[in-house]
Amino acid sequence: MNVLLHQVLSGLATGGIYASVALALVMIYQATHLVNFAQGELAMFSTYISWSLIQAGMPYWAAFFITVALSFALGVLIERVIVQPVENAPILSVVIVFIGLLVIMNSLAGWIFSYTIKPFPSPFPTAPLFGNSYVSSHELGSIGITLVVLLLVFAFFRFTPLGLAMRAAAQNPVSSRLVGVRVGWMLALGWGLAAAIGSIAGMMVAPTVFLEPNMMAGILLYAFAAALLGGIDSPGGAVLGGFIVGVLENVVGSLLGTELKLTVALVLIVGVLVVKPSGLFGKVHITRV
Amino acid sequence: MAKILEVRGLHAQYGPTRVLHGIDFSVDEGGITTILGANGAGKTTTLRAVCGMVKTQGDISLGGARIEGKATESIVRLGVAHVPDGRGTFVNLSVEENLRLGAYTRSDKAEVAADFERMFGYFPRLKERFRQQAGLLSGGEQQMLAVSRALMLRPRLLLLDEPSFGLAPRIVQELFEIFRAINQQDRVSMLLVEQNAALALKLADTAYLLETGRVVISGTADAIRSDEAIRRSYLGY
Repeated sequence: MNVLLHQVLSGLATGGIYASVALALVMIYQATHLVNFAQGELAMFSTYISWSLIQAGMPYWAAFFITVALSFALGVLIERVIVQPVENAPILSVVIVFIGLLVIMNSLAGWIFSYTIKPFPSPFPTAPLFGNSYVSSHELGSIGITLVVLLLVFAFFRFTPLGLAMRAAAQNPVSSRLVGVRVGWMLALGWGLAAAIGSIAGMMVAPTVFLEPNMMAGILLYAFAAALLGGIDSPGGAVLGGFIVGVLENVVGSLLGTELKLTVALVLIVGVLVVKPSGLFGKVHITRV
Repeated sequence: MAKILEVRGLHAQYGPTRVLHGIDFSVDEGGITTILGANGAGKTTTLRAVCGMVKTQGDISLGGARIEGKATESIVRLGVAHVPDGRGTFVNLSVEENLRLGAYTRSDKAEVAADFERMFGYFPRLKERFRQQAGLLSGGEQQMLAVSRALMLRPRLLLLDEPSFGLAPRIVQELFEIFRAINQQDRVSMLLVEQNAALALKLADTAYLLETGRVVISGTADAIRSDEAIRRSYLGY
C-alpha cells in the first residue's frame, strides 16, 4: 500500500511536467491545428539557458525568472522568423519545419553545451518535507509550481482582454481581425507562452532526469499521450491527461517493471486514437463531405 | 457634403476571378448609403474590399485618408465596424465575451460598460443570454449579436452585410429603427448591403445598383425608389 501511495505521489509530480508540456502543445495546436514537435527541445534548450545562468553565479530564482522571460522571447522570435513564413504552406511542409526545428535545437544544444550529462539543481531542500517518507521535497515543490503555472495560465486566458483576444484569434481569425485583434501577433504570443511554460517544465524535470540534449524526448512522448488522452483541443483535458499519464506510467512501472514505462505512453496514444480519437474532453469534428 | 468614405475605380478579385470592375461610390459624413443588386453582383465583395479583406485596386479614402492596402485590423482601428456576411459569431465564446471583443480596441472602461447596457436596451434578448455560449443562439439572435458587436467598437462607419438575413419581419423592422436611431443620435455613417431593397431604400439617403461588378444606376434613394422602371426591372417589387 505504501509503495503504491509513493508511486501515485511521484506520478503526480512527473504528471505535472507532462501536463505543462501537454498544455504548451495544446496551445499551439488550438491556434494552428498542428502539433509542435519541437516543443520538448525548446524546453530542453531553455533549461540549458538557466543552467548557464546558474553556472555564471546567478541565484536559482533569478535564473528561473530570467529563463522564463528569455524563453518567451525565443518563442515569439521563432514564430515570427521561422513559422510565420510557412503559415499558408501545406501541412506537411509545416510539420517538416517543426521537425527541422527539433533537430536544430537538439544539435545546437549539443554543440554549445556538449552531450555530457549535467546535474541540475533543485530549488527545494533535499530533506523530505514534514519528515514524510512518501514524497521528496522536489516532487512536492514541482507539483506546487506546476499548479501555480496552470492557474496563472487559466486566469490569463479567462480574465484578461489579451487572453480573450488570443482565444478569439485561435477560433475565428477572420472575425478577430474585424474587431481589431492583431491575429499574427496573437499567434506569436501563443508561441511565446508555450515556450515559457515549457521552460518551467524543463527546469522542474531536469533535477530528476539530469540535463542533456535528449532529456525531453521521452517527456514529449508522454505529453503527447496526455494531450491526446485529454483531447488535443482541450487545455483542461491536457492538464488532467498529464496527471493521469504520470500516475499510470509510475504505477504500471512499479507493477510490471520499468522497461514497460514508455510502452504505456505508446499504448495510450494508439488506444485513444483507435477508441476515442477526440480524447476525453476534445471536440468531435464532423465534416460534411 | 463631406464624405466619410470615397471609393474610386475599385477592382477586386478572388484569385483569378474578377468580381468588381472599377466601381465608384461614396458615403456622406453622417449619411447612409445602400448598395443593391442580385446575388453575385459583388455587394459582399464591395464591403470586404473596404476593410481590406480581399485583394483590390483603386482608391479607398476614409475621412480623406487613403486606406487601401492596409491590414484589416488597422482599418478597423480607424473606426470601421463590419457586420459580416454569415454573422462572424465567435461560437465557442459566451455572448458577453463576443461583446467584449467588439470593444477590444477601446480603453474607456466606463463607457464600454455603458455601451453594454445600451445594447441590452436595443436587444433585450442578449441580456437574457448574456452568459450562454454564442454558438447556441438562434440565427436571429446571432444577427443581433453581430450588430451589437460591431456597435461596441463605437464606429465612425458601419458596414452592414444583409443585416435582415434570417430575421423575422417584425424584428427586421425593429432593427432598422435601431439603425436609424444610431445614425441620427450618434452620427454613425453606414454602408448597407441588402436584399430587401424596399427596406434599404427607406433607410438610406443614397443608393447604388450593382450588376455583375459594375454600378449601373446611382442616385438619391428617393429618386430610385420613385422610378417605376428601375423598381420593376431591378428591384422586383
